[in-house]
Amino acid sequence: MSTPPLINCEHVSCTYGNAAVLDDVYMTLNRGEFVGVVGPSGSGKTTLLKAILGTHPVAHGAITMQPKLTLGYVPQVETVDWYFPVTVEEVIVMTRSKSTWWPRITLAERTAVREVLERLGIGEVAHRHIRELSGGQQQRVFLARAMFRNPDILIMDEPTSGVDVRTRHEVLHLLADLHADGLTILLTTHDLNGLAAHLPRLVCLNKRVIADGNPREVLTPSVLEATYGAPMDVLEHGGMPLVVDHGRVQMRGEGK
Amino acid sequence: MLAINIFEPYGFQFFRHGLVVATIAGALCGLLGVFVVLRGMSYIGHGLSHAVFGGAAASAVIGINFFIGAGIWGIVSGVLIARVARRRVIGADAAIGVVTTASFALGLALMNRYGQASKSIEAVLFGSVLGVKVADIIAVSIVALIALAVIVVWYRKLLFSTFDPDVAQVSGVNVSVVEMVLLSLLSLTILVTMRVIGTLLISALLVIPAAAARMTTNSFSKLLWISPLIGAVTCFVGMNLSYHLDTSASATIILLDALIFIVVYTIAGTRNRMKMASLGHV
Repeated sequence: MSTPPLINCEHVSCTYGNAAVLDDVYMTLNRGEFVGVVGPSGSGKTTLLKAILGTHPVAHGAITMQPKLTLGYVPQVETVDWYFPVTVEEVIVMTRSKSTWWPRITLAERTAVREVLERLGIGEVAHRHIRELSGGQQQRVFLARAMFRNPDILIMDEPTSGVDVRTRHEVLHLLADLHADGLTILLTTHDLNGLAAHLPRLVCLNKRVIADGNPREVLTPSVLEATYGAPMDVLEHGGMPLVVDHGRVQMRGEGK
Repeated sequence: MLAINIFEPYGFQFFRHGLVVATIAGALCGLLGVFVVLRGMSYIGHGLSHAVFGGAAASAVIGINFFIGAGIWGIVSGVLIARVARRRVIGADAAIGVVTTASFALGLALMNRYGQASKSIEAVLFGSVLGVKVADIIAVSIVALIALAVIVVWYRKLLFSTFDPDVAQVSGVNVSVVEMVLLSLLSLTILVTMRVIGTLLISALLVIPAAAARMTTNSFSKLLWISPLIGAVTCFVGMNLSYHLDTSASATIILLDALIFIVVYTIAGTRNRMKMASLGHV
């Protein structure tokens, strides 16, 4: 008897006003999977995450989850107010808002924060203001906040958006380690070569699911054109698919 | 001789009452102002004070208790703003603009139509220390205690929903309820302080102390101490100054707040420039 999926999206449609953002989306997420959702801007990636998180209403269809699932959510770092007066420790402890009314951070919480930060390799930053951190550290802090809840599923929106190559590698390795420890991960990304191609399963989305499977099966010129609406080539590099954009722009003076 | 002059206003009961209400109001506005500033809701303080004016005018004309009439009006306006803004058809700023200016216009229309109520309405617009009663002291003290209790008990919920409302919602915080409670507290604060400060200047008391305090610390918990302290001290000193300078109490208080803001802004700017200059040598 097969285990039911942790999350099951059936014929899900979402709208913003009268505009359809998701149309008849069908997707499942099973325990222990590491799934990336790719698609162009406006394809509904973030809306899909928000619908799963319950912060965006589902117009048609249904999203069912296994009971008592704990979701850990890491938003896009670009949406964070880095000037907000909080330390790393305060950011992480916020997630215990529901379970306690005591405003001060307890010794037990302080220890738990240190443990989760050390697990993510940033044990020394607990008392620093969030603005004082490097890009990689900032991403890890928000990952730590999500992990502090001991989630069944980690949901991340564009975890490598706006970060440099080194930070992207750090994040990718960190997620691979967490996945190896048994964590189920669902993320969205624009980064086809740097992140998506390395994942075990990809979902190509453009309002509806265009393709769903292993990157080798999914990252094909026909699927990418159907997803992005633009021709793309797919090469192979080091045994992995490498997406090359066709849209070469002739720069002024070039070729003279 | 100087000491006698300084303590002269304390011989008047109206001044003592006004001073107590203003000082507590300053602390209360400073405390709630932290959330107003960090949530980027500065305009809502301004809007709600105008909305409450409509309720105050209607109460004066109908002849019902000021606190009940204007209080209900203010809370309903706050809830309406939150509901309209959440539907996302129009932005929060537009929702505030529609609800509060309509309410303010109603107040003005009532003032024009029923001239006999205009005196009390003007007191609501510009504030007055004259006529502050023990009931006002009790009212502002009760609201201050409620606000303090809510902030202590809901400290983390308020912090989380202010910093990151989406993730707070996912983590089990009922962000809509937190927002509604905050707006209701704001309405009540405006209601119990408007008689001294006036609706036209109350929003400044909600914004300036918190904005000045924000430049002095990177700690949320310290901000919740510094901002009310600035609010209380400027109200206390402003009230005394207004008596001796024979100026409007609310105007003096706000000018004093603005002066503190300018001083802190200048010092913070100089400190930042020095920091940047030292980094330039690295």
